[in-house]
Amino acid sequence: MIKLIRFLNPYRLVLVLILVLAIGQSAANLYLPNLMADIVNKGIASFDTNYIWKTGGIMLIIAVGGTLCAVVGIYFSSQVAVGMVSSIRASIFKKVQHFSLHEFDTVSTASLITRTTNDTTQIQQVMVMILNMLLTAPITLVVGIIMALKQDVGLSWVLMVIIPILIVVIIILLFKAVPLFTVMQVKLDKLNLILGENLTGVRVVRAFNRIKHEEKRFDEANYDVTDTAIKVNQLMASMMPVMMLMINLSSVAIIWFGSNRVNAGTLQMGAMFAFLQYSMQILFSLLLVAMMFVMIPRAEASAKRINEVLDMQPEIMDADTVKETAKLRGLVEFKDVTFWYLGAEKPALSNITFTASPGKVTAIIGSTGAGKSTLVSLIPRFYDVQTGKLLVDGVETREMSQEHLRKKIGFVPQKAVLFTGTINENIRYGKEDATEDEIKHAADVAQASEFIAQMKDGFNSVISQGGTNVSGGQMQRLSIARALVRKPEIYIFDDTFSALDFKTDAKLRAALKGETYNSTVLIVAQRVSTVIDADQIIVLDGGKIEGMGTHAELMKSCDVYKGIVSSQLSAAEIEEEHI
Amino acid sequence: MSTENKIKKDSTNQGSMGGGPMGRGGWGAMGRPVEKAKDFKGSLKRLLSYFLPEKTRLSIVVTAAVLGTIFNIVGPKILGLATTKLFNGLIAKFMMLAKNQAISKALAQNPALPLQLLPVPGIEFGYIGKVILILLALYIISAIFIFIQQYLMAGVAQRTIYKLRKEVDEKLSRLPLKYFDGRTHGEILSRAVNDVDNISSTLQQSITQLITSAVSLVGVLIMMLSISWELSLIVLVTLPMSMFVVTGIAKRSQEYFRRQQRSLGDLNGHVEEAYTGHKIVKAFGHEGRAISQFDKLNEAFCDAGWKAQYVSGIIMPLMRFVGNIGYVFVAVVGGIMATQNAISLGDVQAFIQYSSQFTQPITMLANITNVIQSAMASAERVFELLDEEEQVPEAKDAHINKDPQGAVEFQHVRFGYSKENILMEDMNIQVKPGQMIAIVGPTGAGKTTLVNLLMRFYEVDGGKILVDGIDITKLKRGDLRRIFGMVLQDTWLFHGTIRDNIAYGREDADEAEIIQASTAAYADNFIRTLPEGYNMVLNEEATNISQGQKQLLTIARAFLADPEILILDEATSSVDTRTELLIQKAMNELMKGRTNFVIAHRLSTIREADLILVMKHGTIIEKGTHMGLLKQKGFYADLYNSQFQGHIQKEAEKQKA
Repeated sequence: MIKLIRFLNPYRLVLVLILVLAIGQSAANLYLPNLMADIVNKGIASFDTNYIWKTGGIMLIIAVGGTLCAVVGIYFSSQVAVGMVSSIRASIFKKVQHFSLHEFDTVSTASLITRTTNDTTQIQQVMVMILNMLLTAPITLVVGIIMALKQDVGLSWVLMVIIPILIVVIIILLFKAVPLFTVMQVKLDKLNLILGENLTGVRVVRAFNRIKHEEKRFDEANYDVTDTAIKVNQLMASMMPVMMLMINLSSVAIIWFGSNRVNAGTLQMGAMFAFLQYSMQILFSLLLVAMMFVMIPRAEASAKRINEVLDMQPEIMDADTVKETAKLRGLVEFKDVTFWYLGAEKPALSNITFTASPGKVTAIIGSTGAGKSTLVSLIPRFYDVQTGKLLVDGVETREMSQEHLRKKIGFVPQKAVLFTGTINENIRYGKEDATEDEIKHAADVAQASEFIAQMKDGFNSVISQGGTNVSGGQMQRLSIARALVRKPEIYIFDDTFSALDFKTDAKLRAALKGETYNSTVLIVAQRVSTVIDADQIIVLDGGKIEGMGTHAELMKSCDVYKGIVSSQLSAAEIEEEHI
Repeated sequence: MSTENKIKKDSTNQGSMGGGPMGRGGWGAMGRPVEKAKDFKGSLKRLLSYFLPEKTRLSIVVTAAVLGTIFNIVGPKILGLATTKLFNGLIAKFMMLAKNQAISKALAQNPALPLQLLPVPGIEFGYIGKVILILLALYIISAIFIFIQQYLMAGVAQRTIYKLRKEVDEKLSRLPLKYFDGRTHGEILSRAVNDVDNISSTLQQSITQLITSAVSLVGVLIMMLSISWELSLIVLVTLPMSMFVVTGIAKRSQEYFRRQQRSLGDLNGHVEEAYTGHKIVKAFGHEGRAISQFDKLNEAFCDAGWKAQYVSGIIMPLMRFVGNIGYVFVAVVGGIMATQNAISLGDVQAFIQYSSQFTQPITMLANITNVIQSAMASAERVFELLDEEEQVPEAKDAHINKDPQGAVEFQHVRFGYSKENILMEDMNIQVKPGQMIAIVGPTGAGKTTLVNLLMRFYEVDGGKILVDGIDITKLKRGDLRRIFGMVLQDTWLFHGTIRDNIAYGREDADEAEIIQASTAAYADNFIRTLPEGYNMVLNEEATNISQGQKQLLTIARAFLADPEILILDEATSSVDTRTELLIQKAMNELMKGRTNFVIAHRLSTIREADLILVMKHGTIIEKGTHMGLLKQKGFYADLYNSQFQGHIQKEAEKQKA
């Protein structure tokens, strides 16, 4: 939390103003009882009606002043609190935009989203709370103590006794309650987990006749939650009456001891009431300060997560002087590349050497975890290689600017990602100045025109967030169109075709041929039928190249490839193949 | 001079602290948009019916709340007695002292005067002491009552919620699959979790708050009137002013909060998209665009946000201001009345305390109304769930299929997910025990429809489905489903040990049977290499084992269940080759001697099937054997040819060469 304070820097002057206003507000709060005391001491005691009226007038002015201070203070503090958190959020977002996939892997996308949205909102709530409401508490505490001492030092021992007791009581209760709240949350999470499992697995639960079993499991967790919830609330039940009693006792004590001092003539009647008033304000400010200590740890967890993101150094940054590429268009060369994921025991790729040239299709096949996707993510420099060289058009990728490198590439990921917006906008994402014809053509090639035409608004149909109104295969085709419209030098299809049914897959690949003949094409695939026609097939296994060549060559030379083929095609088909 | 008013405030509102003439009231939900219940009365009545078993405790809670509040309310009046005594005593003392002073002055000038110093009356500390003791007793009693009330309420509220949750869970298990398929899990969870939580916290706090606020309101009014109707009038005049502040500003505030919520939604949506699509943003070099769009949305949110905070933030100081105006006028008028001896000083002091206690329950009540409104809206949604139509009840004298064989027959089956969209019309299929049926079709062709009908997750709209000659609606669902086994691609595993996950297949399975099943499923080997073997706990997302391993576990589960009829999903696209081979072997083992419905992707499986069902858009469009369907030259033939088109082309080229 403290580390985030720096985001308040631009508001330093305003903060001073807010502080002054808060002091004004507290002073007004504390001055009203003082005037009331005057009414009692001087007005009523001496039957001075004029004095009472006059003092009443001053009280009104003070009340107006206090309210003005509060309203203006909140005007500024709301802006500061929300503005500060907005700039925190913006810093996170900008930072994350420059993260490489490495950072996304370490923190996880879901967690990054939570940190940018929920965690900042949490901080905002606490900041608003602190600036709008709690800021006056410590001020009131201090000013109140000073005023109380000024009224009567002799009575202040009551405060000296009651304040520490109150603090101890608060601390004890917090120490008991906070762990219980944590346990409660854990148990509630468990209950919700069971419920969630029952929803996703509803078919399995019913198929295996385990409804009774699941009901029992839920009931146990439910009972557990209830048990803890009762304990927590019973503990909290003692909190309020105890606090109230403490405060009531101190007021009674002040009246009793005060009366004695009044009788002895060392204390004025009105001063006693003023003292009483101050004590109450002091004690309540104390409770508010205690609340601050409850709030801040809650925000602390969020602040910690935010700081983690802000402190991360993106692994990939542009070199100070960047090189442009020469003429060759799309030549990709891997030279003895070895790559480790952060903290991994074994390299994900080792000693990869191959060349993918323009006009040729290079397919990469292998089992899950063989390193296929990793291999292609190195080309747009989502990750940096540790040893060996990766060159595009003769220049090492880390010597180019990321922008220059990625302009050359049309990337189609394994899982299609679309953005909220129309279909047109989504395809245009690949090339901002694309003409309508170019967009139409890209959709044609990607086999998307047919379903786009069936949609109500055609190319202007809106894709909802997460693409829930189009099917997986349709999303994938739009994502292909987006890459096509770019007319890139290098195409990367990262297992793009498995989301399509066989028929569309075949049609699409046939249509692609007419588009990509000038470019370097890299296809990652699981299906043999997808790679069978490639100019060059790279067989990956355990991060190593097990074989390279055409289908026919590999059928002769590469056992791993043969294994893959036989698992997918029946014996008869393989035999057919060999005829 | 107000003292206990602050304390009072806290007794009625746990959430916020404060009070006094310039103190802080509890606002909470005030000024934020509130969701309203459609049928407030009905839902309230129904919710209250859940309290019936807690009647006794609840009435103790109510009594304790009333008594605790009353004892607290009397406090200032009694304290006033002490101050009046003190003040009067003091005045009398000073008057006497003043008289004595005059006497001694006169005596000093003329000692011959027949004057004597008068006895100076002392302040009656005995009386004040008694009052203080009574006060102490009152405060302690009040604290005890409030403790009792809160303590008991914890149990009452939580037990009620326990019951409600249980009822929701049991209801969910009686709902037809249609209910689950028709809405997102988030939607159902939000009712079962968020709404129930909302009701829970309302029950815990607001009910007692409602009682104490109402009692305070009436009690304070009575006390005020008993002291002075003139002063009461002043306080009552400020009432419409507070109402004006509450309603006027709260309305504007709600509007700003709605705007804030909307812009937050937009902002979060953008963040989510930009992060999940990070690879694409990067690959296409659009980081700058994402940032500028973010800045725009962030600014809009910031703008709506601070305004919402500001407007809702000033409600409190303004309310306090209204309170202070009353306070000042009471002080002035009360003071003047005191000088005319129309009212005692203690009464003025007590009245000031009461007057500041008066606005508090009003704002509290307005606040609680909002909270209760939203809780009722939640209750309504929960009740809606509880009132959903349940699945068709079990047949009365259910048949028992003692020796299941695995024959399946569809007779004139008519089915559709909705009346307008009938997927099957007069479907007839006959499957003999031990046969294999391949289901093929493009992704999203609705292959689950078949599962839904066979397992009676859905009811047919017409015709009959027979298993071993018995209409499945004549069987108990449990008995029907015991005949079936499912190995689907979306493996369902729960947070628990591997052993428990396999044992899910059959309740009474012993250790040996579990190991036997996992051995048969080729899962035993990998399980033994795991850190704790069969005792390893799968994490919540079951991400600590691979996709392929998960599938092996579900196969083991099916082995253990040993059903007569199997429904398998062959797709293994996200599994590595070696595991895929294992899965294939295990599936083949599992399929032996059973009737199998296979959602097939491999050509070899399809070719060997006794019957192929070709599905598209949820409908069976063709059925027959491989050769028969090829001859039909329909959709299947098309599918088959395109699937291996490249392959066949190659053949042609080779032959040419």
